[in-house]
Amino acid sequence: MSADPNLPRALDTNPHVSDEIRQTTCYMCACRCGINVHLRKGADGQPKVRYIEGNRNHPINKGVLCAKGSAGIMQHYSPARLKKPLLRTGERGEGKFKEIEWDEAMSLATNWLSDIRNTDPKKLAFFTGRDQSQSLTGWWAQQFGTPNFAAHGGFCSVNMAAGGIYTFGGAFWEFGSPDWDKTELFMIFGVAEDHDSNPIKMGLSKLKQRGAKIIAVNPIRTAYNAIADEWVGITPGTDGLFILALIHELLKAGKVDLDYLIRYTNAPWLVIDDENSKDHGLFARNKKGEPLVLDRKTGKVVSSKKKGVKPNLKGEATLPSKQKAVPVFELLARKYLNEEYSPESVSEKTGITDSQIKRIAAEIAHAAFEKEIVIDQPWVDMKGEKHDKMIGRPVSFHAMRGISAHSNGFQTCRALHLLQILLGSIDCPGGYRFKPPYPRPVEGQPKPHGGCKPGEPLPGPHLGFLRGPEDLLLEDDNLTPQRIDKAFSWDAPMSSHGLMHMVISNAHARDPYGIDVLFMYMANMSWNSSMNSKGVMKMLSDKDENGEYIIPKIIYSDAYNSEMVAFADLILPDTTYLERHDCISILDRPISEPEALADSIRWPVVEPETQAPGRDVRGFQSVLLDLGYRLGLPGMVNDEGLAKYKDYADYMVNHERKPGIGPLAGWRGKKGEKKGRGEPNPDQLKRYIENGGFFTAEVPEEARYFKHANMAWQNWAVEMGLQDAPIENIFQLYLEPLRKFQLCAEGKAEPQPPDSHRERIKRCFDPLPTWYAPFEGAAIDTDEFPLHALTQRPAAMYHSWGSQNAWLRQIHGENPLYVPGGVCDEAGLKTGDWAWVISHHGKIKVPIARMEAVNGKTLWTWNAIGKRSGAWNLDPDAPEAKKGFLLNHLIKELLPAKEDGMRWSNSDPITGQAAWFDLRVRIEKAENQTGPSQPQFPRQNSPKRSVRTRLGDMLKFGEEWTK
Amino acid sequence: MTALPQSTGKKLGLVIDLDICVGCHACVVVCKEWNTSGYGAPLADSDPYGSEPSGAWLNRVHTFEVQPDVGPASIVHFPKSCLHCETAPCVTVCPTGASYKRSEDGIVLVDEDMCIGCGLCAWACPYGAREMDPAEKVMKKCTLCVDRIYNENIPEIDREPACVKTCPANARHFGDFADPDSDVSVMVKERGGIDLMPEQGTKPVNKYLMPRPKTNPLMEVDETFSLADMARENTTGATGLLGWIDRALDRLG
Repeated sequence: MSADPNLPRALDTNPHVSDEIRQTTCYMCACRCGINVHLRKGADGQPKVRYIEGNRNHPINKGVLCAKGSAGIMQHYSPARLKKPLLRTGERGEGKFKEIEWDEAMSLATNWLSDIRNTDPKKLAFFTGRDQSQSLTGWWAQQFGTPNFAAHGGFCSVNMAAGGIYTFGGAFWEFGSPDWDKTELFMIFGVAEDHDSNPIKMGLSKLKQRGAKIIAVNPIRTAYNAIADEWVGITPGTDGLFILALIHELLKAGKVDLDYLIRYTNAPWLVIDDENSKDHGLFARNKKGEPLVLDRKTGKVVSSKKKGVKPNLKGEATLPSKQKAVPVFELLARKYLNEEYSPESVSEKTGITDSQIKRIAAEIAHAAFEKEIVIDQPWVDMKGEKHDKMIGRPVSFHAMRGISAHSNGFQTCRALHLLQILLGSIDCPGGYRFKPPYPRPVEGQPKPHGGCKPGEPLPGPHLGFLRGPEDLLLEDDNLTPQRIDKAFSWDAPMSSHGLMHMVISNAHARDPYGIDVLFMYMANMSWNSSMNSKGVMKMLSDKDENGEYIIPKIIYSDAYNSEMVAFADLILPDTTYLERHDCISILDRPISEPEALADSIRWPVVEPETQAPGRDVRGFQSVLLDLGYRLGLPGMVNDEGLAKYKDYADYMVNHERKPGIGPLAGWRGKKGEKKGRGEPNPDQLKRYIENGGFFTAEVPEEARYFKHANMAWQNWAVEMGLQDAPIENIFQLYLEPLRKFQLCAEGKAEPQPPDSHRERIKRCFDPLPTWYAPFEGAAIDTDEFPLHALTQRPAAMYHSWGSQNAWLRQIHGENPLYVPGGVCDEAGLKTGDWAWVISHHGKIKVPIARMEAVNGKTLWTWNAIGKRSGAWNLDPDAPEAKKGFLLNHLIKELLPAKEDGMRWSNSDPITGQAAWFDLRVRIEKAENQTGPSQPQFPRQNSPKRSVRTRLGDMLKFGEEWTK
Repeated sequence: MTALPQSTGKKLGLVIDLDICVGCHACVVVCKEWNTSGYGAPLADSDPYGSEPSGAWLNRVHTFEVQPDVGPASIVHFPKSCLHCETAPCVTVCPTGASYKRSEDGIVLVDEDMCIGCGLCAWACPYGAREMDPAEKVMKKCTLCVDRIYNENIPEIDREPACVKTCPANARHFGDFADPDSDVSVMVKERGGIDLMPEQGTKPVNKYLMPRPKTNPLMEVDETFSLADMARENTTGATGLLGWIDRALDRLG
């Protein structure tokens, strides 16, 4: 007998969903999507998060949300949440603490820091992780007066950011994006998943629907690379060579946009050719400092600013000084037309056949020049010339860590931008598009500031873009770095984001000096955010001959019981992202899209104390402002001697960087009637909340392309307070500051670098994008370490944060090392085996999985899955600890010693970016085919959990609302 | 044994586009998130912070490596959930009538009050699309968000399955396959959407769009894309290293 299909069923298709929806900004990664947080009364009568979905009206994600975003509930209710301030009771690294009250915690921190401020502010090293509140933290550090501040850019992607800003006043992600609606060919380099997580997926989908081709350049064919129409399985560290070979082909065929180059770049500028002079290789300039060009009509040398000049791109000029000079374009053509950049020459090193390189070059040229886009939109350029159309070259690019995290990354990023510019595809229809407030060329950027006087603020912001060796931050000997991370020193002159990955190592070596307090926020430096994690753990816990820690005091703020917590003396527990105020500020890198200026906030959609019993946590930024008041820092104390800002929310509304300019651009003015510029509005946050947590201002139609040269854009940017005056933005194909460093290294200009640095500066600081072999590979025996090893960012996990997440850890709870089939066969490995992976620095034991869709010399694994046993309140036997692993243990912060004993930082020599992906290894089958992964560390104790969930429990989220 | 309806008015289901699925798991997690507080018992997780975390999910993404005859290996991401088959073997095998297919829209559901957790339906499903809840021991499966798609407490535009709304790559589409003019029917027709394992005779409602062919990097230079041809036009009569520049600059005036 069959059951009746028409049985009446008690099915409610109309259930109650939530009591209230509050709209804020996601923080499950750095993508900054808008979210609708559905709240419903929980079993304890308090509001509880029931559901988080994408906000359809939000400019970033337009309603979609990724796996991480949807798992936000598990992050918010994680048992790894810290609950109260903690004071260390055991030894560093053990994770033994006692709970203290906030008053005691703040008094301690104030005492530790006020001594330093009054005597020697540089004894504080304040470095922050991925918090995106740098405009506050940097300002705070500036008021404190320490030169030692940076965020995490130095170990993340400063090559990308600095390479872009120096070249054309933009970069990818927050700075700009492909014109997804119009591009005909899209190339993505070195990205599996990215910060710009959802917009890239949405963009790729648009391309697929239009049938536009996607070419992915990546040693590993996962994620975006898996769906690309064509995969270029490049050998790690050779992207620059591949790009320069494409340029070689395009130049040979004359497939570059000369009109664009003459109008918007320094291609016609004359470079002095006078080998023995101290200005050899610098731009020829007139008395006013204006670069000179060779007029092709008159044959005369004239100012590049002369109205109506028709500059030549080749030929030799004689300057008034009688020196010879040659246009930049001729120099670059000579360089790249050289056979060393021919597809045939680069094929072996890059692992790409010459025919594939040639065909891709042809496809690029075809898309750029045969599929030209014309938009009937008149506009006026900054020279006053009227254009009746906008001409587009619909080829676009995106790149990130894969090309930048190498010791040749800065030059590689520059090479990619050179390619974009030669094609005329920067901020044109179908090409790359700036996002407001970008473009922001070096001329519109601050220089780095050092100097350090007791009791005084620093004279300007720490981080910036130096113009030449004269802006280095050195002591009077012109050799010793002012900063603990040695940023803006000879080691890494153009380190615009600092070198966070060198702070602990240098502080431990007391090189250039010892520090007193290490103060960090949201940066897991004793684990996945450091090279040589084991060494860093030792440095953090090493003691001197008196039994005192070499790094005497460590203050750390985090919301969760990360590996770094165990090494701190004082813990300031932060809130979850749903309990806090934040601003994704116009003073930093806001959430803009190419056609709209946009910024956004987070606000407490639930209050911490309602989210678990005894929860006593505070948003770090509010704590920092309180600390600033207690220390009496300028700008944080009012005229009556009271705290100027009650909390971060108060600061977000009332802080003015200069009159009328504050952290948020929306609803300024007393009645909220002003955009960009305007006096503080007490109702500003209310207006943001009413609008879904964000603000947008549309860029006028005539200002939407060619922003680097577009008068309407410049006027609008000034009106909106993004800049105070029009800023000329000539794309720097030839980067003169690099040449200035070379002149120093050649002994022709002051200051003089240490002799140890001369050759490296001469070789790597080429003012035209160049390629040199990554340092680690060049320093070791590649027969001994024939393979490359990389990590990829998984789409469903963000750094270490995700590991505590009950849902995400079921997707990425372990991370095998993926090994190419050929390597498996040679080493006798099969999926499930355990193997040793060995570098010049260390060895790790890992489970492996065979894979074919990968460059044949490249091993890889997912990023930051491995955990220290006991961390993140996971069971000590969690797979993350027993099978998971980090490649970090194989990577040393220093390169192997050279003949003279000198050890370089394992970083890009220009920017100091951590060269994570230079790693070279070999692999051997392990003699003992059982786990756990190696190395293992003593179990980390966990502070008391803030929720009742116990290990081994059954999690039944939502049961109070079901049945 | 439970009977299937003779026919259903609508045939609601999903089209999943494997050409654009990047395997990001957005659909997997949002499904868990929506449904754990929604239809039936929560989607429980056993040992959530322990050494063997394991929970009930209604949708999972599988990853396969494909080695074509010519060209490099590639990776296909394959999201899989209940396909709401027209002749659903999970329904007919159910001894209690808990598993059923709705006659109005074809959605296959489990009436948890009647489910005895015997697991026969999971055995019968050739796709492995059902999972036993570790806490309640009732069978869990995709409901096509039956508590969303008709829900008047949700804005009309959002009345679609959570996985469809959230997919950042727009690889998932929801609609009525009984209507030949619906977006999903048209899409399947145009792209040659396929049934999963048609030989099983389950007549799945959900359809898959296969990855489009990739460029073979080893292919000879295409005539259409020969830079040499393009160069010919640009560099005729040019002399010297950069001879073409003169002519190009002349054209600029």
